[in-house]
Amino acid sequence: MSQLLEVSGVTVSFDGFRAINNLTFSIGPAELRAIIGPNGAGKSTFMDIVTGKTKPNAGTVTFGEKSTSLLKLSEAKIARAGVGRKFQRPTVFEDQTVTENLTLALKAARSPWRVLAWRSKPADHTRIAELAQQVGLSDHLPRKAGELSHGQKQWLEIAMLLAQEPRLLLVDEPAAGMTLAEREKTTELLVDIAKTRAVVVVEHDMEFVRRLNCRVTVLHEGSVLAEGSLDHVTKNKDVIDVYLGRG
Amino acid sequence: MRFLLACLLALLCAAPLRAETAAEILSTNAALVEKASRQTISPVIDALGASGDPAAAQVLESWGNKGLGIRKSDGIFFLITANEGGYALRDLTGAAAGQAAKSDITELKPNAGVRGMIATALVQFTLSDPDATKRAAALDSIAKDPKPEALAPLRAAIPNEPDATLKAQKQRLERLLTLRFDPDSAARIQAINSFGADLGLDLRGALNPLLATTKLAAATPPTANIARELKPGRDLTESEAYDLLVSANLAPARLTIAAARTALIANLANGAVGGVPLADLNTQAARDRAYTALEAAGTVPQAATDDEAAAALKAHHFYDIYTEPDPAVTTAASAALKSIGHKVAAMQAADLALDGLSLASIYFLAAIGLAITFGVMGVINMAHGEFITMGAYTGYVVQLYVPNYTASILIALPLAFAVTFAAGVAMERLIIRHLYKRPLETLLATFGISIALQQILKNVFGTQARPLTSPAWLDGALSFNDVVSISYIRIAIFVLALLFLTFFLWLMKRTRLGLEVRAVTQNPTMAASMGINPDRINMLTFGLGSGIAGIAGVAIGLFAKVTSELGTDYIVQSFMTVVVGGVGNIWGALAGATMIGGLQKLIEFFNPSNTLAAQTYMILFIILFIQFRPRGIITLKGRAAGD
Amino acid sequence: MTRSFLTRTPSLLIFITCLAIFTIFVTLAAHTGLISTSFVKTLGKTLCLCLAALAMDLIWGYAGILSLGHMAFFALGGYMIGMWLMYARTEEIVVASLMNSGLPATPEEIQQGIASQIFGVVGASDLPTIWSFAHSLPLQLILVVALPGLLALIFGWLAFRSRVTGVYLSILTQAMTLALALYLFQNDSGLRGNNGLSGLQNLPGLDAVSQDSISLWFFWASAAALGLAYLTLSWIVSGKFGSVIRAIRDDEARVRFLGYSVEGYKLFVFTLTAVIVALAGALYYPQAGIINPAELAPIASIYLAVWVAIGGRGRLYGAVIGAAVVSLLSSWFTGGRAPSIPLGFMTINWVDWWQVLLGAAFVCVTLFAPKGIGGLFDHFAGLHSPDRKGAPLGPDQGSLQEKEAIE
Repeated sequence: MSQLLEVSGVTVSFDGFRAINNLTFSIGPAELRAIIGPNGAGKSTFMDIVTGKTKPNAGTVTFGEKSTSLLKLSEAKIARAGVGRKFQRPTVFEDQTVTENLTLALKAARSPWRVLAWRSKPADHTRIAELAQQVGLSDHLPRKAGELSHGQKQWLEIAMLLAQEPRLLLVDEPAAGMTLAEREKTTELLVDIAKTRAVVVVEHDMEFVRRLNCRVTVLHEGSVLAEGSLDHVTKNKDVIDVYLGRG
Repeated sequence: MRFLLACLLALLCAAPLRAETAAEILSTNAALVEKASRQTISPVIDALGASGDPAAAQVLESWGNKGLGIRKSDGIFFLITANEGGYALRDLTGAAAGQAAKSDITELKPNAGVRGMIATALVQFTLSDPDATKRAAALDSIAKDPKPEALAPLRAAIPNEPDATLKAQKQRLERLLTLRFDPDSAARIQAINSFGADLGLDLRGALNPLLATTKLAAATPPTANIARELKPGRDLTESEAYDLLVSANLAPARLTIAAARTALIANLANGAVGGVPLADLNTQAARDRAYTALEAAGTVPQAATDDEAAAALKAHHFYDIYTEPDPAVTTAASAALKSIGHKVAAMQAADLALDGLSLASIYFLAAIGLAITFGVMGVINMAHGEFITMGAYTGYVVQLYVPNYTASILIALPLAFAVTFAAGVAMERLIIRHLYKRPLETLLATFGISIALQQILKNVFGTQARPLTSPAWLDGALSFNDVVSISYIRIAIFVLALLFLTFFLWLMKRTRLGLEVRAVTQNPTMAASMGINPDRINMLTFGLGSGIAGIAGVAIGLFAKVTSELGTDYIVQSFMTVVVGGVGNIWGALAGATMIGGLQKLIEFFNPSNTLAAQTYMILFIILFIQFRPRGIITLKGRAAGD
Repeated sequence: MTRSFLTRTPSLLIFITCLAIFTIFVTLAAHTGLISTSFVKTLGKTLCLCLAALAMDLIWGYAGILSLGHMAFFALGGYMIGMWLMYARTEEIVVASLMNSGLPATPEEIQQGIASQIFGVVGASDLPTIWSFAHSLPLQLILVVALPGLLALIFGWLAFRSRVTGVYLSILTQAMTLALALYLFQNDSGLRGNNGLSGLQNLPGLDAVSQDSISLWFFWASAAALGLAYLTLSWIVSGKFGSVIRAIRDDEARVRFLGYSVEGYKLFVFTLTAVIVALAGALYYPQAGIINPAELAPIASIYLAVWVAIGGRGRLYGAVIGAAVVSLLSSWFTGGRAPSIPLGFMTINWVDWWQVLLGAAFVCVTLFAPKGIGGLFDHFAGLHSPDRKGAPLGPDQGSLQEKEAIE
């Protein structure tokens, strides 16, 4: 099975400090993967590189069947190529209604002229209703996103990501600030999503990672320390030393 | 020439020995004096000049100004002044000698030639005057208006000059006159070469007339000192060349459109000219046809056609001719000017650098306060310009009460700081602290303050410029030579800028306040949790930035007009300085000021006539510069820079 | 999204109705001599300023880009139409004077005559290259749109490409305006230096028509342009496009990760508003009669922002109200008609103190009423915003404050 995203030999330095050091990583088209690692291991920087926010000093990042290099693309083009990102803190457009937020995210032409000419079709309404249903926001469609609770915003953002129909989803600490029930629901949803597309979850919470029941990549000082099932990596001596041992 | 000099020397040395008074000389030569002519009078004037009589100068001057007369009754010379009763008389030593009727006195009226000789002799007097300031003044007047006649007396006045400085000046002037007016070509060349690559403006002023040229058209090469041959179309336009031919009567004038028009109107008959109907004459081609028809009929003079004009141009040569006939002199002069030119270029670069530096220090002073508020607090203060203006007006008000300029400036500097510090703190407390993290709102609110403050200042101080006078010891300029110079005010501002740089570095790196400011800049929440009061720090920072604007205002007011719009003239440049330099860094402000100041002077140097264009290009450059360094010259790197 | 365009923008019908009533009223009042020709011109000019404010609201209130350079486009539009007006008018005069000179004039003579008439004041006698199209109204009308549009496109492309945002962008736009103004102040800029273009109120070929009628024509044209622009912009901001640019205002990084090219949208809005503002300028200056580089001074663009802020940004009618109220008040106060207030120790003469009042009012609006005059309408409509403890709606500098976010 060919890989959807391949990152190889990537290095990034800030003022001489190597945030990412010769990192190599790959994920298949329908796979769930968790990334763990102590603070400063380079998890966020890794996501920044894949989404185009940070340009690496060396290495290659390719995506899709045609192995398109992501390094030359802008953030917007990478997003259009099929990479979605969920930030740690919920970022929805608080001045706009839930419907508007979802409409923005719906997969459609993104150029100014096309957007200007865009009119909503019945299919779009159905899709939005479907997404809202999926994340339990059906009753809140006409409300402004700013009025939602923290958890609801998280859900709205996940719904927006789904509306984008990405092929690769990068999720940064989805469980942060959620209640236990919400966490369970999130786990289910992520596992479900990963059946059709690639999902990378960055998470601190070991319980949450365990529940995801997937391959785990451990980052340390900008490179991969260990990879495998959670049980496998937690038995790795290096991992115990640098991460679990301290935690 | 040596011989002449020797003669004059001998004459001068001999003078005291003969000890003849001016009166004696005049009475001995009474007849010559009365009917003075250029050919005959020279010995008398020379004798007067050489007499050593202190009255001689006065006598000569009066003579030249028609102030010398002879009493008809006894032939005695008097200095005369016309009044209602005739003439008031003074004897030749200047003592009053009564009154005489107009008819009793023959007023001497020397002709222009004689007056010229008298003036030359007088030059020698003033050049040897016992009073050094008079000698210096005489030298100045010769230098301002060099004449060939001044050469001989100047040479004569050199050996006896007691003052070393004046002597050097005399010798320099002598060489300058020699290279222009000496009849001996070798002496002139020697004088030219003796200067080397001297940078004096006077030397260039003396050399340039030697190389003056006129344009000349001729069929065969003329026997003149030719600078170069000109090719029509390359060195001068074809119409210029043809005009030269016309003015030298070598070719007929061409037909101008206006002349053709007049001719056509004059020959208008039966609604047509030369067979072309009047209504058709609304194109140039039709008019040409009509004129050609008139030419053929002989009613208008032949005008040169394009072909004829081209042939005439081909048949003639065009030259640049030196007005100076001696080729050896022009060669030496152009060689000297060339080597001076190289040196001047180098010096101009140095001067430009000094100018740029001084402009940079002004921008630095104006921008440093802005850099503090913008950089440290992320607040754009649009009223910064008005704070500068307030500083300048503070200086003006202080001078109203303290007449001593040195003292008033020394009082004004801290007072301006205090006034604008207070204004800044008030503004921060009342307005800005409610708008932190909302930079665009801050920008607009401070703009509101800016227009209100500007109008209040206008209402209080009026629209006309108020004087802010610098102390006398800041007048004038430090000049290294005729090219490189810098005024003391600008040096003072440079020093002030350096002082502030040092002060700011000291404040930020060595004091508790600086430490707290840096802490608040980097992480306000963390700083607050460590017991630092960010409110207080922000207030002080803003006050400090505003206070420095006040001081900059006093400095700028010393050389610019103090009006309510003073600050507005500097505000955009200050913003540019901060933006180009990079935010949050004093070195950034310094780099930005240096770049903007230097660049503006450089652009002005290439296009000196047009400072507006210089500013336009400057801003365009900045817009392009931002493309390559969006965060300025000196940037925070890495994660700290954020997004 | 199911609602129709009109129901989504309830203010549109009200606005258009008010504008129509106002236009009819002014027309009737002008015919009956109730208001003077010069006041009709003032009202027409005010409508043009409202149009410019409308565009400013789109770029600042909706897209969050505080441009301090839009009045430069306004003036450029004025210059472009002014070039034709001045050329055509001078041509009439020159042709008439050459008629009596014995020979029918050649095109070269007419050209020469126009050039020396127009450029005599700056000591030139040739038509600069930029006047190549001045003889033709259609070409010059194209330039009214094309030149400011092109300038905005180039400048915007450079600025947005290098991700200049927030106050940096504001300062950069201000610098652009200043550079343009300084350039036009030069005598050899080809636009008569600081003399500017004058006599623009005389329409070529319409000598027979009185200024009364002309001023009304321009008033109608300005009102029509304002109405049309309001309609178009309402349509734009109420759709998905409006949603995208408001999202950019509040959090442009997030919009980027949704796959929208933020720079493209900014450039689009910047250029579109520059064109609208240029059209407003092209309608304004024939009513003003004269244009010179002082009109481009950076302060003019800041006033534009002031109007929008006072009217209430992020709502189209707010911009119109702000521009109308402030500019009419301004001309009332500076016109010397406002009564002075004696305070005993001094007298407040409004010609001198109006600026102070404006500045203070502006600070107060920014501090206490960020919704501006438009906020009053919300108050009457009983709209309330959610309590967000004063937090802004997004991380970006242009994003709305809590108090502003109601529609």
